[in-house]
Amino acid sequence: MIRLEKRPQPSRLWTGLSPVLAVLLTMVFGGVLFAFLGANPFEAIRTIFWDPLFNTQFAGFTRPQLLVKAGPLILIAIGLSIGFRAGIWNIGAEGQYIMGAICGAAAGLAVYPASSFLILPMMILFGALGGWAWAMIPGILKTRFGTNEILVSLMLVYVAENILATASSGFLRNPEGRGFPGSRNFKEWDAAHNAELISGTGMHWGVLFAFLAVIGAYVLLTRHILGFNIRLTGEAPRAARFSGVNPARIVLFCLGISGALAGMAGLFEVAGPAGQISIDFNSGYGFTAIIVAFLGRLHPVGILLAGLLMALTYIGGELAQLMLGVPGASIQLFQGMLLFFLLGVDVFTNYRLRLGQRETA
Amino acid sequence: MVDTLLSISGLTKAYPGVVANDAVSFDIAKGEIHALLGENGAGKSTLVKMIFGLVAPDKGSMTWDGAAFAPTKPSDARRAGVAMVFQHFSLFDALNVAENVALGMEDPPKPRDLARQIREVSETYGLPLDPFRTVGTLSAGERQRVEIIRCLLQEPRLLIMDEPTSVLTPQEVEILFETLRKLKSEGTSILYISHKLEEIRALCDEATILRRGQKVATCVPRETTAREMAEMMVGASFATPEAKPHVPGEVLLKVQDLSMPAPGAFGTPLRSISFEVRAGEVLGLGGVAGNGQDELLIALAGERPAPAGSLFLKGQDISAAGPVARRDAGLLSGPEERLGHAAAPDMSLVENGVLTAVRRQEMLRNGFISWGRARGFAEAVIERFDVRTPGPQTAARALSGGNLQKFVVGREISQDPDVLIINQPTWGVDAAAAAFIRQSLLDLASKGGAVVVISQDLDELMEVSDRFGALNEGRLSPIRPVSELDIEKIGLMMGGAHDMEVAHVAE
Repeated sequence: MIRLEKRPQPSRLWTGLSPVLAVLLTMVFGGVLFAFLGANPFEAIRTIFWDPLFNTQFAGFTRPQLLVKAGPLILIAIGLSIGFRAGIWNIGAEGQYIMGAICGAAAGLAVYPASSFLILPMMILFGALGGWAWAMIPGILKTRFGTNEILVSLMLVYVAENILATASSGFLRNPEGRGFPGSRNFKEWDAAHNAELISGTGMHWGVLFAFLAVIGAYVLLTRHILGFNIRLTGEAPRAARFSGVNPARIVLFCLGISGALAGMAGLFEVAGPAGQISIDFNSGYGFTAIIVAFLGRLHPVGILLAGLLMALTYIGGELAQLMLGVPGASIQLFQGMLLFFLLGVDVFTNYRLRLGQRETA
Repeated sequence: MVDTLLSISGLTKAYPGVVANDAVSFDIAKGEIHALLGENGAGKSTLVKMIFGLVAPDKGSMTWDGAAFAPTKPSDARRAGVAMVFQHFSLFDALNVAENVALGMEDPPKPRDLARQIREVSETYGLPLDPFRTVGTLSAGERQRVEIIRCLLQEPRLLIMDEPTSVLTPQEVEILFETLRKLKSEGTSILYISHKLEEIRALCDEATILRRGQKVATCVPRETTAREMAEMMVGASFATPEAKPHVPGEVLLKVQDLSMPAPGAFGTPLRSISFEVRAGEVLGLGGVAGNGQDELLIALAGERPAPAGSLFLKGQDISAAGPVARRDAGLLSGPEERLGHAAAPDMSLVENGVLTAVRRQEMLRNGFISWGRARGFAEAVIERFDVRTPGPQTAARALSGGNLQKFVVGREISQDPDVLIINQPTWGVDAAAAAFIRQSLLDLASKGGAVVVISQDLDELMEVSDRFGALNEGRLSPIRPVSELDIEKIGLMMGGAHDMEVAHVAE
């Protein structure tokens, strides 16, 4: 008889080991999946994990994509993880990402075609403000009226999508765009362009901010009293109140920081890789970042690695579609498997397996 | 009386890293009240779980009325005639008494028949209880009656009671003892687990004493002093707490007409509570569980702000101040529930030290925590209060109840508070640790601190307090010096004099 027995305290070994094991299991079962689809499993795994970085033929194009895709994922996931640590579930980062992009882009376009080195910083600030303000809606509703932040933040994603459609075909539409929806292209406006910092690396300001966010979150959670209070609120809400933590303040801070970071990610994307506000500007980073946050165990360094890994499976997945002709859905299945195995293996962090006689009825 | 009902021989049960029971043997005779004594962690619960079929022994055997007895699940044990009243009640607040009783039965009769049976049993055994009252409105003593009646309906031959009196007033204890004596006279055996040695002396025919999983002694409680029994339990003599003579100083904490609505559906409102505590004084607040103890602690700790003008610390109105400001001003507190309220279960002891001591112990620099200082503080508490733990980085939930309690109490006392409010300081703590905690509270008072001890353990309150008051339905009785009190007066203060007459026991 197999039983699970709760460990007296979480195993450090398993905390570190489980993501690695989850990746290996995903490779094995993903390989089986690809074999069923008629592709050579070894080739498929190599195409997803190896080729985007090291294939001599196209790594030159795909390698920079790694940072371009990982940047926003990490930036958003860091913000979300701070809230998740406190038990505050912001599911609407996608909406905050959109609103950040719209606000930041609008702030920039308001001064078009000025040229000053202050324009991009101003746009970043407004991007953060846009995301922050959008996240404050569930925050204030929760602290004032006790609404559920999961539902409100999620619903606001759809509101934001509609505002995005209105913006791209209405108030932010390029006046010189012959009536096509979509704003002016920031790539053609140097002062506002979030350009590559080092050519050929994919590194732009957003990636730099993502790395800074990793460091900032690490310091906040491990050294600062605010981070301590956030963790305390998540782990033992009554003990937090006893300690003197104001729960409303934690809710507003956590939603605010995750909204601001998501908004910044949106701005970096619109002013950089995407280039313009368009109807289909958002691509699901806000939702994928939730997976990244959990894959990274809500730990800043873990999120950094998980963001890179997730970006890799995106790029590698596209490559596999192109090179091996496997369907796009199988790539999503592959990513789903990764999360599934992580959560599955995670059990061993808090429980140990016991073989033997049962003793409780 | 010489017939043996349950005979236990050589029962052994080992868990990883600890032998919970090591070859324990004893007999329970028919119609005997047998006490099982031991410190926390001595193996009493494991032993009882084996008798009740919750845990299978590694070695050893039991016989029941001469036949081999090896229950693998509680229903086996129940069928043989074992019934158990647990320390923590498993009742649903929103259901009535009869519904709660029915939930614990394998084949419940119709509600009307069941209600009649409940009335019959409650009259026969002098346990007044209305089958249609909602459990949420019952006192702790009445809730226990629900559990006992649930057991009695099964007509048990062995009734196991785990710390039954910890939530009762002296009068309720008297009712319970009458019931147990009546059961005994009918030939029912009782296995009675308790820390309260005087009760065991009053009630039990024989006592088995466990220490670290082994049976260390048996005695006839009537012929043994409480102190001798306690020493057998602990294995060494321990110091009885001692109040040092002192002259009460200035008023440090003044509570004036404090009223607060109940925090939830089954909470208790506080109704115009007033008292003062002076420097160097210990005020004991008794009362049956659920009469406003938690609510009072939360109000004094600052988790809920109080109405203006109701709380004064050293003359300053602190009614609106939160826990942080109150700690800064010198008022510290310790809630009853260790895991989840006084301490965060998954955080280390170092982090749990930060929980309340971060500002008073100057662990902050520009908002950043100095983990070196935090670790130093945790180590100092562990050292001074003899907390048994592998180290300061161990998670709070990995500690035993008594050790975590020593840490939690030690954390507050080590911060040299002007006023310390503490709820149930020694709940579930073994005798030696309890004596140590009480002595620490007395030492704090003798150094000029004002201490408020809220407790359900009257012996404890008599031992440490200078003055005593009792909470009843959110009201506080007049405060009286302990030297003027006897157990009868205390009972009346606790009970508010209603529902307290010793019920008539049918002959």
